Order: sequence, then structure tokens, then C-alpha cells
Amino acid sequence: MTAIPTTPAPAPAPAAAPAAAPIPGGRAGLRQAVRSEWTKFWSVRSTAWSLAATVFLVLGICVLANATAANNGLHVPDPTRRSLVGFLLGQFAIGVLGVLVISAEYSTGSIRSTLAGMPRRPVVIAAKVVVFGVVALVVSEVLAFSAFFIGQALLSRTGYSATLSQPGVTQAVLESGLYLTALGLLALGMATVIRHTAGAIAAFAGILLVLPLVVPALPTSMVNAITRYLPANIGVTILSSAQNTHIFSTPDFSASTGLAILAGYAAAMLVLGGWLMVKRDA
Amino acid sequence: MAPVRLGGSASFTCGLAATMACNDDRIVIEARGLTKRFGNVLAVDGLSFDVEPGRVTGFLGPNGSGKSTTMRLIMGLDLPNAGSVTVGGRKYHDLPWPLREVGSLLEANSIHPGRSARAHLWSLAQSNGIARRRVDEVLELVGLTAVATKRAGKFSLGMTQRLGIAAALLGDPGVLLFDEPVNGLDPEGIRWVRNLCRGLASDGRTVFISSHLMAEMSLTADHLVVIGKGRMIAEMSVTEFVARSSRQSVRVRTPSASSLSDAVRAASGIVIPEPDGSMTVTGMNAADIGELAASLNVALHELTPVASLEDAFMELTDEAVEYRAAP
Repeated sequence: MTAIPTTPAPAPAPAAAPAAAPIPGGRAGLRQAVRSEWTKFWSVRSTAWSLAATVFLVLGICVLANATAANNGLHVPDPTRRSLVGFLLGQFAIGVLGVLVISAEYSTGSIRSTLAGMPRRPVVIAAKVVVFGVVALVVSEVLAFSAFFIGQALLSRTGYSATLSQPGVTQAVLESGLYLTALGLLALGMATVIRHTAGAIAAFAGILLVLPLVVPALPTSMVNAITRYLPANIGVTILSSAQNTHIFSTPDFSASTGLAILAGYAAAMLVLGGWLMVKRDA
Repeated sequence: MAPVRLGGSASFTCGLAATMACNDDRIVIEARGLTKRFGNVLAVDGLSFDVEPGRVTGFLGPNGSGKSTTMRLIMGLDLPNAGSVTVGGRKYHDLPWPLREVGSLLEANSIHPGRSARAHLWSLAQSNGIARRRVDEVLELVGLTAVATKRAGKFSLGMTQRLGIAAALLGDPGVLLFDEPVNGLDPEGIRWVRNLCRGLASDGRTVFISSHLMAEMSLTADHLVVIGKGRMIAEMSVTEFVARSSRQSVRVRTPSASSLSDAVRAASGIVIPEPDGSMTVTGMNAADIGELAASLNVALHELTPVASLEDAFMELTDEAVEYRAAP
């Protein structure tokens, strides 16, 4: 051995680093990924802020709209819809949360840590769908019923208030919650495809706000064919389903069918996002 | 330009590292013809190398030479255009409990800045069924216990590196991949990483650590994989690399190799036997070796001054290379 002072004698391992622990059988799967995503979801501030914004918008608009109606003695043809009108703003806040669930991983680089722990990318997306989907569903349904009861309490002195026992009302409130959840998942799917926070939020808002303005510029036959499939219109259909007071046009399908179509959009976007994630470099 | 392979055959490499057994079963990371293209840029160009356990393998090359991309290819974060790389015989994607088998420190910003150090580690632990107490153990190990609940975005670069190392150690893995681990560390931190890597290797683990700092690698690593512009330049022991990097390097071929080697060593020269029977001498110039041979009555069949690895390195990379050969 030549006497070149290149490498010092191996130093002892600092502190306890026992030889690699035995590796258990089986493999990391969806269950582990869901636990990990649950911790990640609740350990960033943007989650609390987005959820707070959703609650504030849905209930705030509900109070405002229904107190105004009651104070001014307005005619309220669909009291269920009037109590849920805040969903049309709250949907943007839950959409932002759905976008951030995946886009923040790319903007911060934490996607590398995530994929180091779970290299099978569709499992990562599935875990995010489970965690975000469950939270969004619970929040949306609690909000839907809260908004309904608050709205009806405010409207009670106008004589227009609705009750859950009236035909179609419980279903309309339930499906409004599902609508908000489906839109959140659509936002998550779009962010999986787009991967940039601002881009995904812009695209999501564009679908809800811009498309309804652009489509009417098309030839009339196409307008009618396309309009009813726009998420924004499906939303109004669902919110109005207790009395069928859709303001834009008479939909060709029921609120439940509309919900299924929306869920289909979200699923298609998530599958596309998952496929792209497998094909693309992280 | 064709890559200059200065590494010699595998058996030669193992001969130098006298304590190492030489056996294909020992190869833990195995890259074969690994190629990655980004648009028109060939970031990694047909890289093949082996990383063995029980020693620190340094992955050396100037900035932009493809080290990080190679690390990402090993991790399956980027998909190769050609070739393959396996860890313990499997693609990273197919490891059943990845964090229990491979610990990695990639670029420092692999952490959500809004998440606390503990939540970051706990979420990773959960993804691989690792017990919660292990999170506190690794926080203690890297000295971040006091700031465990602070948001990672408030950390200094050095603390971020320590958190990344904690994440790598979380699953107590047998393989460690560290991409530029001493970036942003103070001298104390650099020594800590060096001792950590050497300790992990002496446990019998596989440690693969990239750097663009030759001086640092010469202190930390036992073995080197050297690349430039995505291509292999050399794969050899650090001892050999440093010897070859010295200014004078002369290839000598003689039928009386042993007596000449003894004389050269006695004259403070350094002798590296080559697999083809010749030897490479550093620390003496060709004229002095010729005189020495003549004084010993030893016949010389070849006496050729050769370009040093440093020259080869510079030539291949066309860039300023931040390293100094050890004196």
C-alpha cells in the first residue's frame, strides 16, 4: 500500500445507527400512502385557509342573500336554491384547495420526497383523491345542510321557507354537497395534468367563469348542445333541483345525471393526470 | 471525443482495495448504459458503473455534468431514454418498502416550506410503515430536535440539508444516495457529514455521494466514479485517483518490475501496477526513472510520460474544475 495521505481512518458512526433493520413482508401500498397524505394535508396552513374560505363564502353569502330577501320582502320562488347560493363562490375556494393538494408538491419540490416513499405514481394520486375527497365530502355536506338551515331560518318570516320533508329538497341539498366535492376533485385532476398552481387555478376558474361567456358566441345549435354540459350550468341545475328553477335553460337531464357527468369529468381528468404522471419526469 | 477509461478491470480495482472481497453479488447499484436526454442536451450518456457496499463511493464531476440527473434516474424520478439502473437487483419503482431500502438526499428543496420538520418526517415514515419513534431518533441524530416543530421554510440551508439527511436515514436503509450533501454546510457540518458517511459505510451499507469538490471527495470517499458531460471519465479508488492526478505520471514497462518498483518507492515515487503488466509512476519524471533504471541495470521496454487524470478531466469537461490534487 502506498503511503499517500488521502483517506483518514473510518470514523465511528455518530450516535446510534444500527445495521439496517429487517424489512417486513408485503409492500407499501394505498393504506400507507393515505396515512402519509393525511398527515401532509393537515400539516400545511393552506389547507386551513382554503377550508376557512370555503366556509366563509358559502355561509357568508347564504346569510347575506337570505337576510336581504327577508328584510326586503322579496319573492323567493326556490328557497332551497337561495340558501345554497354561496356554493357558486365557495366552489372556487375548494377548487384552490384541490389544486394545491398536488400543485404545491411540484412548486415546492416535495414531490421528490413523496415519490421516494411511494414510487408508484397512480397510488400517490389515489391516496390524494381519498384524503381530499373524504375531507371535501364531509365539509361540503356539512356546509350544504348548514347553509340550508341557516337560510330557511332567515327566510321563515317571509313565508317562503322550505323544509327537508318537502319533495326533492333533501336530495337537492345532498346533491349540492356532492357537486362541491366533485368540483374539488375536478380541480385536483386538472392540477395533476397542469402541475402549476396558478395555471391550474386559472384553468379551473376559466371553466366555471369563462366558458359560460364564450359558448354563447358559437352558432345557436352548438350553444344549446354544449351549454348544458358546462360544469357551471350543471351546478345551477343541481342547486335549483328542488323546484326546477334553472334560470339559464331547461336542462335535458336531471340533477343526478348532471352530477354523474361532473364526476365523469373529474375521473377523466384524474386518469389523464395519472397517466401523464407515469409518463413524465417528476 | 471517446471517454478515457482509466479505471482498469474490475479485478484490478478490487486488488487495490485489498480488504474488499470481489464478487458480483456485492454490487448494489448497477447502472448499465444509462442515457437521459433533455431536448437536444444529452445529460447522461451511456453511463455504466457499479456501487458496492461497505465503502463510500464518490460520484465526482463538475457542475452540470449529469450527477443529479443520474441520482434522479436511480430514484426513478426521471425515466431513462436508454439503459437501466437497479438497486439491489430491482428498479427503484419495484422496491416493496423504498425508504427502508434506499435513503436519499436529493436537491435541498424537496420539502414543503410550510410543513414542520417533524410532520415532513412523519409523513414519510407513514408512507413506509416506519414507527413514530424513529422520527424523533433521526431528528436527534441530525441535531434538529429543538426546531422539530418549526416550519422547514424558516430553516437555514445547513438545517435543510440536515433535515434531508434525517429523511434519508428514516428507514434505516442499507443504501444511501446523497446528492451534494455538504452544500451549504459549515466546516463543522462538513466534517459531520464526512464522519456520518464513513460510519454508514463501515456498518456495511452502500454509500453513494455526489460532489463537484475533488478535495472533499478525497477525504470522504474510498472509491470514485468520475463523470464529465454525462460520460464516464474514470472509475477507480481514491488512492489511485489522487496518485494519477499528480502532475508527473509516467508509464513504465520493464521485465524487472519488482526491483524497479522498490527503487522508485525508495526514491519517494509512487507505483501503481497496471493490469497489462506495466506500471504507472507518479512523483518522478521520466528522466529520473531512466537514470534510476540505468543505475540498477534494469532494462526498460517503455518509458512514456502520460497525461494526468486532471488533464483528461479538464479536456473532457471543458470547464473549470474545482479541485486540487492532494500534495
